[in-house]
Amino acid sequence: MIALLQDLLLGFLPEFWADVVITAIQIVMLTIAVILCVAFLTYFERKVIGYMQNRIGPNRVGPRGLLQPFADVIKLLLKEIIVPRRANRFLFLTAPLLSIIPALATWAVIPLFPGFVIADLNAGLLYVLALTSLSVYGVILAGWASNSKYALLGAMRSAAQIVAYEIAMGFALVGVLMAGGSLNLGDIVAAQAGGVSSWFFIWLLPLCLVFFISGVAETNRAPFDVAEGESEIVAGFMVEYSGAAFALFFLAEYANIILIAALTSVLFFGGWESVFAGWNWLDGTWLEFLREPGLFWMVAKMVFFLFCFLWIRATFPRYRYDQIMRLGWKVFIPITIIWIVVEAGMFTLKLGPWSA
Amino acid sequence: MLQQNYLPALIYLGIATAIGLALLAIGLIFGRGQKNAAKLSPYECGFEAFEDSRMKFDVRYYLVAILFIIFDLEIAFLFPWAVSLDTVGTFGVLAMGLFLVVLVVGFIYEWKKGALEWD
Repeated sequence: MIALLQDLLLGFLPEFWADVVITAIQIVMLTIAVILCVAFLTYFERKVIGYMQNRIGPNRVGPRGLLQPFADVIKLLLKEIIVPRRANRFLFLTAPLLSIIPALATWAVIPLFPGFVIADLNAGLLYVLALTSLSVYGVILAGWASNSKYALLGAMRSAAQIVAYEIAMGFALVGVLMAGGSLNLGDIVAAQAGGVSSWFFIWLLPLCLVFFISGVAETNRAPFDVAEGESEIVAGFMVEYSGAAFALFFLAEYANIILIAALTSVLFFGGWESVFAGWNWLDGTWLEFLREPGLFWMVAKMVFFLFCFLWIRATFPRYRYDQIMRLGWKVFIPITIIWIVVEAGMFTLKLGPWSA
Repeated sequence: MLQQNYLPALIYLGIATAIGLALLAIGLIFGRGQKNAAKLSPYECGFEAFEDSRMKFDVRYYLVAILFIIFDLEIAFLFPWAVSLDTVGTFGVLAMGLFLVVLVVGFIYEWKKGALEWD
C-alpha cells in the first residue's frame, strides 16, 4: 500500500518530498484514528460507568447510543466560545492549543505494530517525557488567563499535581530503561519478545503500578481529579471554557489517557507481542497464529488499560488534596528510588531481564 | 525513509497545531451568540466578582515547582546512565549509587523540614 503510493508520488515529486507527503498522510490517518478513539472512549466511559452503577448509559442517539459521541462533538463545536471580559484573550485561546498539540504529537513515537511508527527516534522516550511535560503549560495558562478564582485555584492544584506525579513517572521510566537498554520504544518492545515471562511488568511490578497510577493522576482522572472536582471548584482550570475551546481540552485529556494506556502496554506489557508468544508447543497446530505479534495485541492491551481507567473512576472515592501530594511525594518517589536500587542489584547479579 | 530522523515528529507537531487551530476556528466562526455583561463576567457562583482574581497563592506551590526541577534534573541524569547500563557495568552502578545517595539525603532533609506537608 505504502510502496504503491510511493511509486505514484515519485512519478512527479523528488524523493524527499514524496517521503514527506507519505509521512504526512500517515500522520493524518493516525491522528484521525486517535480522535475517533477519543470519541468512542467517551462513549465507552459512559456505558461502562453506567452499567457499573446499574444504569444503561447513553442509548438514544443511533443504535445503542453509538452515535452519541458524534452528537456531542457537533454540539460542542457549534457552541459559542465565551471569552470572559477580563481574561487575557490571546493566552485564553492559546492554552487549549498548548494542551492538544503535545497530546497528539506524542503519538509520533508510539509503535503500534511491528514496523509501524511515525518517527523512529533514538530518543523516543525522552521525546515522550518532554512533550507530556509541556501539557502542564496549557493547564497553568488556562487558569491564569481566565482571570477567575476557581480557574486559578484549579490550575495551581492541577499543575502541582501533574508535576509531582511526573517525577514518580520519570523514575519508573528510568527503571524501564535499565531493563530495556534503549530509549527507542520499538527496541523496548523488542526487548520483551518471547512471551509473558519476559514482559517487564514481572520484574518491575512496583514501577508498573506506580507508572499506571501516576498516569491516572497526570491526566487528572478520578480519584485524583481534585483539580476539577465538581463539588469543590466547579471545573477547575476549565471553568471559563466553552464550545470548541473546551472540546480541545477534553480531546487532549482523553488523548492523554489513551497515550498512557499505550505507554503502559509498550513499556511493561510487551506492546504488540502476543500473550501466547512463549507457548512453543503451539507450533505446527492450527492455533499457531495465536503466537503472531500484531496490532491486535497492542489494541487489546490498550483497551484493557482504558477499561482500568474507567473501573478506577467508578470504584474509588476522590482523594483529598494533601493525600494526593502525600501519595506522590512520600510513597511513589521512595518506592521508585528503592526499586531502581533493587534493579541495579539485579543487574549486578545478572537476574531477570539481564540473565541472558 | 524519513523515519530515522526528527522531521516526522516536526511534521506531526505542525499537523497537531493545524488541527487545534482548525477546531478553534470552527468554534469561533460557527459558535456565534449574544454577548452581555453578565455572560462575560468571570464565574463566581452567582456573586459579582470582587477583587482581582490573580491573587496571592500558597508558597507551597512554589516549593513544589522548585523540588520538581531538582528531581526532574535528576531523572534527566539517570536516563543516559540507565540506557548505557551494559557499558558502564558495576563501576557505573556504584558511581550512580553515590549520586543517588546524595539526592536521597537531600530528599530526607526536605521531608524532615516539612516541605512535603500539605495540611
